[in-house]
Amino acid sequence: MLFNIFLYAAALVFLLVSFSRDRGKTRAALKKGWKSFENILPLFLFILLLTGMLLTWLDEATISRLIGAESGWTGLLLTGIIGSITLIPAFVAYPMAGELLRAGAGYAQITMFITTLMMVGVVTLPLERKLFGRLAFLRNGLGLVYSLLAALAMGWIFA
Amino acid sequence: MNTCLELLKRYRLFAVLLLVNFGILAFMPEMGLRSFQLMGKNVVEMLVFIPPIFVMLGLLDVWVERETLMRFMGPGSGFRGGVLAFVVGSMAAGPLYMAFPIAAMLIRKGASFLNVFMFIGAWATTKVPMLLFEASSLGLRYTLVRLVLNVCGIIAIGWVLRGVLTSEEAAAIQAKAEAMQGEGRKQPAR
Repeated sequence: MLFNIFLYAAALVFLLVSFSRDRGKTRAALKKGWKSFENILPLFLFILLLTGMLLTWLDEATISRLIGAESGWTGLLLTGIIGSITLIPAFVAYPMAGELLRAGAGYAQITMFITTLMMVGVVTLPLERKLFGRLAFLRNGLGLVYSLLAALAMGWIFA
Repeated sequence: MNTCLELLKRYRLFAVLLLVNFGILAFMPEMGLRSFQLMGKNVVEMLVFIPPIFVMLGLLDVWVERETLMRFMGPGSGFRGGVLAFVVGSMAAGPLYMAFPIAAMLIRKGASFLNVFMFIGAWATTKVPMLLFEASSLGLRYTLVRLVLNVCGIIAIGWVLRGVLTSEEAAAIQAKAEAMQGEGRKQPAR
């Protein structure tokens, strides 16, 4: 709640400063903001309904068996694979991760999902390779190793 | 007519899932209803904190001039250049694959490889609007701990990548970055 108030206050201050300096730019900024929201809206709605259905059909016992703290390496493998191959924007992934966490998923497994989602991109590897060649593979490999370390650390800290 | 079709195309995944759940609603009202309720709850929760985030996203995009910041990230820019690489990457908006063309531009303009790697890492993980979103969904404590870990991880990955980078490889990447210049405006080498 406090966090939301802070967000609105910050946005309002920035908006007013921007408006007092340049109306046209401010209008363009709002348009851009709306456009980037509208861009993710389809996927956003899809993931939110999917999450709703998942949580309806999978009870907490099933979720925690699959990716709970007790699921250990199997859960990490599962979340790591999903995070590495899918391209889900963070705006969509975080709410989903939050819901799963509340429904019994483990901190390590959720961190593995989020971190591989951001650092490892199997789908975008060809694009990355065009510029970086061999280093692209290495960067993704290191990203995977780092994701695992971060997941274990988060699992340990939030145990 | 065309826009209607386009709309349907963009929302097709959601539409299919919606139909599926309507089917479930018809035969198993309890399960179908519960799915919609859970979704509705999340939609409302999201709508509360989405407006300020996207307002700030738009403002960042308009006010932060990318080109002027990039000049400060060349070799020898040291600690300041690294911090700047982080900040620029964090201020950006867009998926990771949009970072690669910009990374190419950075290389063309003479940014050091370590800074470019840090820039990509920051783009991937420490973007300000995303951090706000992460804190809203997963809690401030989780977000901050992960941020600290991520900064360490990004620097470590950048160091390793630069460490294994051979000079031939650097030259090859440089050449590819030059060739990726899409807009046609030729930039001087430095």
